[in-house]
Amino acid sequence: MIDPEILKALGISSPEELFEDIPAEARISSLKLPEPMDERDFIRHFKKIVSKNITVSETPSFLGGGVYRHYIPAAVREILARSEFYTSYTPYQPEASQGMLQAMFEYQSYMSILTGMDIVNSSMYDWSTALGEAALMCHRIRRGSRFLIARSTSPVRKRVLEMYLRGIDASVEEIPFDPETSRLSVDSLEDKLKGEVFGFYLENPNLFGVMDENVFEVSDLLGEVPLVIGADPLSLAIMKPPSEYGADIVIGEGHHLGTDPNFGGPLLGIFGCRKEHLRKMPGRIIGATTDATGKRAFCMTLQTREQHIRRDKATSNICTNESLMALAACAYLAALGGTGFRGVALENLEKAKDLSGRISEIDGFRSPRFDAPHFNEFAVGCDIPVDRLRKRLLEGGIQIGPSLSKDFPEVGEAVVIAVSELHTEDELNKLISSLEGTA
Amino acid sequence: MNYHQASYDEPLLFEIGSSDDDFDVSLLRDIPKQIRREALPLPDIPEREVFKHFVRLSQMNFSVDSGFYPLGSCTMKYNPKLAEQVARYSKVTDLHPEQDPSTVQGALQIMNELEGYLAEIGGVDAVTLQPAAGAQGEFTGLQIVRAYHSDRGGDRNEVIVPDTAHGTNPASAAMAGYDLIEIPSKSGHVDCDALEAIVGNDTAALMLTNPNTLGIFERDVIGIADIVHRAGALLYYDGANLNAIMGRSTPGSMNFDIVHFNLHKTFATPHGGGGPGAGPVGVKQFLEPYLPVPRIVRKGDRFDLDYERPKSIGTVRAYVGNFAVLVRAYCYIRMMGAEGLRDASLHAVANANYLRAKLEKLFELPFGGRRMHEFVLSGRSLKERGLRTFDFAKRLLDHGFHSPTVYFPHIVDEAMMIEPTETESSDTLDRFVAAFEAILHEDPEIVQTAPHNTSVGRVDEVKAARNLIFNFGSLKALEK
Ligand SMILES: Cc1ncc(COP(=O)(O)O)c(C=O)c1O
Repeated sequence: MIDPEILKALGISSPEELFEDIPAEARISSLKLPEPMDERDFIRHFKKIVSKNITVSETPSFLGGGVYRHYIPAAVREILARSEFYTSYTPYQPEASQGMLQAMFEYQSYMSILTGMDIVNSSMYDWSTALGEAALMCHRIRRGSRFLIARSTSPVRKRVLEMYLRGIDASVEEIPFDPETSRLSVDSLEDKLKGEVFGFYLENPNLFGVMDENVFEVSDLLGEVPLVIGADPLSLAIMKPPSEYGADIVIGEGHHLGTDPNFGGPLLGIFGCRKEHLRKMPGRIIGATTDATGKRAFCMTLQTREQHIRRDKATSNICTNESLMALAACAYLAALGGTGFRGVALENLEKAKDLSGRISEIDGFRSPRFDAPHFNEFAVGCDIPVDRLRKRLLEGGIQIGPSLSKDFPEVGEAVVIAVSELHTEDELNKLISSLEGTA
Repeated sequence: MNYHQASYDEPLLFEIGSSDDDFDVSLLRDIPKQIRREALPLPDIPEREVFKHFVRLSQMNFSVDSGFYPLGSCTMKYNPKLAEQVARYSKVTDLHPEQDPSTVQGALQIMNELEGYLAEIGGVDAVTLQPAAGAQGEFTGLQIVRAYHSDRGGDRNEVIVPDTAHGTNPASAAMAGYDLIEIPSKSGHVDCDALEAIVGNDTAALMLTNPNTLGIFERDVIGIADIVHRAGALLYYDGANLNAIMGRSTPGSMNFDIVHFNLHKTFATPHGGGGPGAGPVGVKQFLEPYLPVPRIVRKGDRFDLDYERPKSIGTVRAYVGNFAVLVRAYCYIRMMGAEGLRDASLHAVANANYLRAKLEKLFELPFGGRRMHEFVLSGRSLKERGLRTFDFAKRLLDHGFHSPTVYFPHIVDEAMMIEPTETESSDTLDRFVAAFEAILHEDPEIVQTAPHNTSVGRVDEVKAARNLIFNFGSLKALEK
């Protein structure tokens, strides 16, 4: 019921008068939705439905490809649960929002160190849309009609890239990888560089987890053509920042620094660039300044690139982003510290190497499928179709990814296996014995 | 006035801890030498210090949970806490998007049901939950527009928006490759004559929100739809203002073809300090084949993901959507039910008009009259006292209220856009009015130098744009 005071103040007798402007043709009589529930009933109802899910924490899962499970310290979860952060809006009034602004500035600082980029924005939706936006940004830097990508790029991200480029009349062309190592075929890149190329994208580690040192030859070849590198920030704890091999833009996925997989959303799109490209960059940027008394303060800056000011001339349409995920990444990096973060990266690297070695001893499997050092995931070649293997393992409660053969026929039957510090010895043993059972 | 925000001279994390430079690089032997990182200057900080740091930052952050947040167009309603709790169940959080569908039946069921509820609330036939936010919903919708027209053999290259449109509308149109045409409003409404004159064979779509960003319901919406449809174009609904009409009208019944929903507005999912949100898109039946893949499909009592959709526009972002946000909206809708949502809109509109009636005595309300869930005042009378809306907004912070959205929509001089939402009590609204009255009687000098009670004083935004300091490294260099 409406407060009678309010009706009186409005000088109306029925609240329906408030909706007079809605024409009769546009009205509906009622919504058909299930009966409302109170908290107790909803919890019961909801638990019943979600109990049908089998989670990746209940069963061994070796899925990766950009979404990973890592241990999240309790302190990080508690920080994220503070409603002063999560129930605030975009910090349009900096004086009242210094908390979130400072945290975003710290996030940008962490990511600048990891990526080597002069400037990292305060988030994009996810890695895939960051790739789409990076390609559009390359097109603003250097007009052209062809965007090149390494073939060893995630197929999911390729699809999103293709979507983002539809508005500008550009084609995407793939540069093959070396069949032995999956490293970029630099010669092929050189051949393809003729003509109207406006950017090149490479993931390092690539889709198969392989760390590619051929990248050092790429930037010389590219000359003025912008280089975009996609990277898992965890790998950057132990791998060179892409700035050192000439990246103009660095993107990546950061959700696993402090948040759970959540069935693939929300995620955290990392996006950084060199300062000469600053004004062509998409997304919200937090800058340091002072208040009227000279005290250090933070605010959103360079907003003249953004949709609310520039409208159709903006560098992107993004408005709502993934700030809370960026806060999570910041809290995670703070909680682990440099030493802890590097420790996690190394543990993942070693665990993947050990597991790959164990799989290579099983008949019917070739591991790693590519002859090159890998980070936290690796491709495994299989004698039997992966679809069949996947189904068999699933019967034993083990989840692996889809077959690579659909998107990469030249690789044949193979699957990417991802591990993290959360995998127990038992889980790894279970995978090994199940694989032995299928061979 | 008794508001004082916490104010700490809180150092940056990089100033609290120090980084360990004596790292044993031989541990990196498995990484190819050329690509091995040599230094990682990230600070090591004791957990106790980390936690204190973030608690202090949180205390320097205005939020819905701590105060009134009448930010127009943003629908800052109270976020129900049960939704937060259920979204933290491990049965929700610990799911990987590439799991076999047979292992995520509960998740797919929640999403399938949510699609159905949104379709009903939007008056449309099918919904995709994939887009990450409202702006991405717009981008998705425009890709559908393009696919639809090219399927009919006629590519069209123009998208029309009114001059009151939110910035994401023109930006999304440009990103999807369209030329933008902006039509001026007439007395706060779409000018149908101007629209009629401009639509044609090049028009792909008109993007509209209704009520519009002035909070005025476009009474002629059916006529507008006719003009657009007669020209063979489609009508797109920006769902940011859906909170005004739930249970009384739907975009579908207004003859819109495509609609996005902002779950982080209408459906009470928290905004996270800037995000995440979710921007599902609904369409009428004839556009259903174009929706992004994967589609969630139901076969008997099983759910599956369908990628084999030849007419689909493709994928606008990785995976199925911002699942953890979707779960919260699902919780909200199931707890509210049809009556609850209708009631929410009723209170949202009543609260807005209550405030409007009181505040239009203090400030000019361009295009007078009743409003829906929000309204826009002009602060230009402040100029007589040497003040601007900007100053007034800052002074509201001192009184413990978040400022309205300011300087939008652009057609109102010195705009103040106020959206109280349904979850605020009339006491809160009265206190907000009292703050307005008080500020108008305050010494202009105090207002002009506001805020005074926030964690920092007025922030020098010009300096930020000049100094270009985006991380600790450059800040340290500058402060030295
Ligand atoms: C009217 C209107 N349209 C579109 C948007 C964009 O939505 P989002 O921020 O979710 O991308 C907003 C959000 O501020 C809005 O107010």
